[in-house]
Amino acid sequence: MNEEIKTLTISIYTENNIGLLNRISAIFQRRHINIESLTTSQSEIDGVNRFVIVVNITESQAKKIVGQFEKQVEVIRAYYHKDEETIYTESCMFKIKSALLFEEPQIQNIIKDSNARIVTVNKEFFVLEKSGRRNEIESLHRDLNVFGIMQFVRAGRIAVTKDEMKITEMLQAFNNHNN
Amino acid sequence: MNNTQTANKKQEVAQETMRITGSEAIIRCLIAEGVDILYGYPGGAIMPVYDELYKFRDQIHHVLTRHEQGAAHAAQGYARISGRVGVAIATSGPGATNLVTGIADAQIDSTPVVCITGQVFSHLLGTDAFQETDIIGISTPVTKWNHQITKAADIPEVLAKAFYIAKSGRPGPVLIDITKDAQVSELDFKYEKCKGVRSYIPIPKTNPETLSAAAELINSAKKPLIVWGQGVILGQAENELKAIIEKAGIPAAWTILGASAIPTSHELNVGMVGMHGNYAPNMLTNECDVLIAIGMRFDDRVTGSLNTYAKQAKIIHFDIDPAEIDKNVKTDVAVLGDSKDSLSRLLPLLNENKHADWLQKFKDLYAIEFEKVIKDDIFPTKEGLTMGEVLKQINIETKGNAAIVSDVGQHQMIACRYAEFTTTKSNITSGGLGTMGFALPAAIGAKMAAPDREVVAIIGDGGYQMNIQELGTIFQQKAAVKIVVLNNEFLGMVRQWQQLFFDKRYASTEMTNPDFVTIAKGYYIEGKRVTKREELADAVKEMIASKESYFLEVCVEKEGNVFPMIPSGASVSEVRLS
Repeated sequence: MNEEIKTLTISIYTENNIGLLNRISAIFQRRHINIESLTTSQSEIDGVNRFVIVVNITESQAKKIVGQFEKQVEVIRAYYHKDEETIYTESCMFKIKSALLFEEPQIQNIIKDSNARIVTVNKEFFVLEKSGRRNEIESLHRDLNVFGIMQFVRAGRIAVTKDEMKITEMLQAFNNHNN
Repeated sequence: MNNTQTANKKQEVAQETMRITGSEAIIRCLIAEGVDILYGYPGGAIMPVYDELYKFRDQIHHVLTRHEQGAAHAAQGYARISGRVGVAIATSGPGATNLVTGIADAQIDSTPVVCITGQVFSHLLGTDAFQETDIIGISTPVTKWNHQITKAADIPEVLAKAFYIAKSGRPGPVLIDITKDAQVSELDFKYEKCKGVRSYIPIPKTNPETLSAAAELINSAKKPLIVWGQGVILGQAENELKAIIEKAGIPAAWTILGASAIPTSHELNVGMVGMHGNYAPNMLTNECDVLIAIGMRFDDRVTGSLNTYAKQAKIIHFDIDPAEIDKNVKTDVAVLGDSKDSLSRLLPLLNENKHADWLQKFKDLYAIEFEKVIKDDIFPTKEGLTMGEVLKQINIETKGNAAIVSDVGQHQMIACRYAEFTTTKSNITSGGLGTMGFALPAAIGAKMAAPDREVVAIIGDGGYQMNIQELGTIFQQKAAVKIVVLNNEFLGMVRQWQQLFFDKRYASTEMTNPDFVTIAKGYYIEGKRVTKREELADAVKEMIASKESYFLEVCVEKEGNVFPMIPSGASVSEVRLS
């Protein structure tokens, strides 16, 4: 039975504690699951962090590892979502020689067409920032690469779900129970 | 919270605030949690705590093991027989890393243990200071929870949380690492037991619909089979399980850690499942129509090949840990919750039943196993002592009331197969991790937790030498542990595999052993060596009659094998009898 491997987004709501990243990454490591991208930040709830992790795995693998995440004492709740269930984006930055802006007028069209934003310009270089889907970023990378890129960096996916998460209500229930 | 509630809550905090050092706070936390015995080993980074222990020695007894691994296993033995939290303590660096095997063992066998390690001063963290090691990083994958304390003020809350997490829900080991500056600086101490952690749900809610669905399947089953695990013992659900199997007339088998929850002699107790389990429950796993798994986790040593495991059966899984559901075996009905609660709610939903024909099948297969395996194991006629006949003699002398602490290997499987249990929490062994060296220190912990019980450690000549230094602890503590070494001068289980699957190439499994009796006597422990069948009964009698610790070496046949056996990765119904 060969189940289809999908790109899945895993959301893990956690207490904001040192060392939790180790526990989470160890769960992937033991199962030889490669993390495509990982973002962690404060969530919509005060004092609660959210990990957003993109992996290519089957849904049954996802169900099992979500169970393993939830088993961790400091994990409040974990979920997995298919791409169509989320609204997601990634962002990236390009550092490019300033001279190219003038020598290669085509670059200006690329910037305009891609909806990229110039963050800063100085005599030596300028920096572009672009947010969007992975394929848009890759396309921009391909277009700019022809002219030479001094530095490129892409941040992990951030995602929100189309459906309600109900995590806030759950936390309120927790808090009431503990009081 | 209104004012009255606040006032009540304050009253629960029995202790007034006092200004004390972190190390004194640690001891006061332990006392508040009811800890009366600690197993450990001192060293530089934990010395302030030891200094306080000296002051509190009338309230907490510290057991100096001869190795930190011994301390961790002793704490496990204490926890397993008592159901209480075992505590081990060690210094930083090597002291901490030596605990890790015991911690990993406790994790996979769901044993409540709190380990406290000293750590270098917080300003030295990350500098590769003397005896500094990242024990939090090292222990993360093998602890239920761990935490490093760098401020004295955090000690009461973190230790309260540690005990709560270790013993609640599915129990497990917790490690708390405490820097030396946190031990020596002062705090305003008061202690309040932890009653909950926001992000942690120890016991999931039981859905009544799943109970009804389970009852319906069980009531309509023609060939139901229960396989219970340690979850029954951890949940104190032994009576509930017994009531269920008796009311519904269901044959019930056990995993290695489930052993002793129901007396061996119970007519519906059909034996052990798994690699060296009994013939009938293994064979009939692939014939039952409903398999009811209770507090067990479908370990690969139990299931063999998952592709063929109970494929014909509807599977009902009772477990406290949601992550176990569908992890290995896909279930039809999953009942989450505490085993005592779930089983007591299931009982009234079940119809009375007998399943006489189905039960007869177990009896018929047992007769085959008896003829082909058991008879020669426990009533041997040929030369050479068998491990099984040693167990038979121990059963006779202890009347099945002993706690059997077994190490890992052939003797473990023989002990679990043949030990007769009348009382729950009597089978203490390293199930999931399979840790050689477990039994001798675990037996110390078990005996100290239950001094009125007979504790018999059954150990192979290999595993014995992995923690043989704990004889010193036994002697110093006057722990009246009975030690039986079944000596076949081999790492027997590996040798058995080499014989069966590696063309008898006995690579590094033969052992040239020392004079074990002389070693025991060197530790002032009385001992005897038995080489002949006619000496065995009297020697076992003398050992059990002894009021002190006693060492018995039995020289068993060198190349005895443990059967039945399911070869690794084979189906449970491919169980071999020879």
